[in-house]
Amino acid sequence: MSNITLEAKNITKYFHDPTTVKVLSDINFSVNKGDFVAITGKSGCGKSTLLYILSTMDTDYEGELWIDGESMVSRKEFELAKVRNEKIGFVFQFHYLLDEFSVLENVMMPGLKLGKHSAEEVENRAMEKLKMLGIEDLALKPSNQISGGEKQRVAIARALINDPQIIMGDEPTGNLDQKNSQIVFEVFKQLAEEFKQTLLIVTHDQSFANRTHRIINMEDGKIVV
Amino acid sequence: MNIKLIIKIAKSLLLARFKQTLIAAVGVTFSISMFIALLSFMAGLNDLLDGLLLNRTPHVRLYNEIQPNIHQPIYSQFDTNITHNFIHSIKSAVSRQEIYNSPAIIRTLKKDQRVMGIAPKIITPVFFNDGAIDITGVVNGIDIQSEGKLFHFNEYVTAGEPADIERLSNSIILGKGLADQLLANLGDVVQVATINGDRFPLRVVGFFQSGMQDLDKTQSYASIATVQKLKEKPNNYITDIQIKLNDLAKAPEIAKDYARLFDIDAVDIQTANASFETGSFVRTLISYAVGVVLLIVAGFGIYNILNMMIYEKMNTIAILKATGFAGIDVQKIFLVIAMSIGFFGGLAGLILGFGLSAIIDQIPFETPSLPSVKTYPVSYNPSYYVIGAVFSLITTFLAGWFPSRKASQVDPVVIIRGK
Repeated sequence: MSNITLEAKNITKYFHDPTTVKVLSDINFSVNKGDFVAITGKSGCGKSTLLYILSTMDTDYEGELWIDGESMVSRKEFELAKVRNEKIGFVFQFHYLLDEFSVLENVMMPGLKLGKHSAEEVENRAMEKLKMLGIEDLALKPSNQISGGEKQRVAIARALINDPQIIMGDEPTGNLDQKNSQIVFEVFKQLAEEFKQTLLIVTHDQSFANRTHRIINMEDGKIVV
Repeated sequence: MNIKLIIKIAKSLLLARFKQTLIAAVGVTFSISMFIALLSFMAGLNDLLDGLLLNRTPHVRLYNEIQPNIHQPIYSQFDTNITHNFIHSIKSAVSRQEIYNSPAIIRTLKKDQRVMGIAPKIITPVFFNDGAIDITGVVNGIDIQSEGKLFHFNEYVTAGEPADIERLSNSIILGKGLADQLLANLGDVVQVATINGDRFPLRVVGFFQSGMQDLDKTQSYASIATVQKLKEKPNNYITDIQIKLNDLAKAPEIAKDYARLFDIDAVDIQTANASFETGSFVRTLISYAVGVVLLIVAGFGIYNILNMMIYEKMNTIAILKATGFAGIDVQKIFLVIAMSIGFFGGLAGLILGFGLSAIIDQIPFETPSLPSVKTYPVSYNPSYYVIGAVFSLITTFLAGWFPSRKASQVDPVVIIRGK
């Protein structure tokens, strides 16, 4: 079994509206198990677009995408959903918790969807993850009553619940102040170094990127360096 | 496997927008309860109107029609297979109106399993003399026991004792309209003249009211024996045999049977009252149409509210999809929402509809033409409740289907990037 978690081969994408524009051209790279990778670049260079392709949510592209040794090309919608559920954890810029549920329920949700463990087990695992991130006392709070930094940590706990192959982040610190950014970065770092978690983070924060293990720099839809 | 999770998410989304949900459910409740109340009321009225006719109409009536003789003499000379006979100016024959061998027919009918009961009858036209005026009318000679049992005769007698026409000789029950014209009170004697010109004094022992004024202006009832005396006929003379069957639907077939068996004219209720069934059918159709329209309107209410909910919950949908819920899961969530609105709204509607029917049932409704009816008629047929329940689920399913499909097709990338 190879050591490669995620591999992009010749990924090219066009935007067709209003005119056809090539946003990504011939992207080739791979992420190994345990890598802590940052994708950086200026606004509009296509780094977020690339991330959504890598996350399987955007299927309108040319080229090949391999996750955990399986091709994601021409898979059905529900199969891709299953891949996202099982193998990918997400952290977004705007935290995106479900306001109708408590913090604990938010963390449990992908675990319940996966259905691999019983509800009690999922709950225990969720508490474990919250404890690991130091926010176990928030567990029973409604998710719209906690601070932005806390929300982002809850989102990370949720991303971890199914022990994914890779965690993807889209500007996870973009909406946070210095202190909270620092906390979130420390969490990522701890995950990468202590738990050998594979991380792929899109950011335009150069200081954040500099402290990761590997930087992929993008410019005008191409990888430079 | 995921049903529990889907229901849990649906429930949370519902409760998060409790007011909107409630309004949608109230819409369903209102339409279902109106549907139930309307149908029960309409069906009650229908039964009442049907009863007006059905109660008093025999399912099969045996009699002798006045008609030309079908065996014209020329047919015995020239076979119609070989020749074609032209006969001009055929007249109806002076045939006997009496049913021939009626005791034997009645015995046979009583043994027939399909027959619920029979009532013999003599119908004879007469004149009621009131001073200088002759009022045409009809005297029906009836057997009061069987007439009461099969045709609810006693219910229509508003004054006097129906059984008196058997008990007291030369007595008569007059239609209310006829009695008013004759200025006759109970105990008075009215003069009746037959077509042959014989005059009989008959004592008025009761009034009856059928609900149809024209009928009440001409009809009167006496015992069979009295009418036989009136017509100077022997005591086996009857002109009609009225039959009530166990199964109304078989009337046409049985009528044909008897016509052949007894060599007599037989008419079934369906043939005699063709327009009646059409009216009944159209009334039912209208009430169903109104009910279904109500439900469709409620369906649009649900459709709107779900659409709004989906716009509000775009983020939720996007995040569910990003974390591994497939389109079909999202669709199920919103279908569960729609169906639970339909289920609970419908259930409340059934209960409220029953309550409304019960209230209508208590409203006084007194009309001189329907002496036995005191309140508005309501039918509590359970099938309306079943139809209401099924319809509420179907409409909410359809109303939920399209918005939920839209939700399932939400592209999470657009939502997540767009913020």
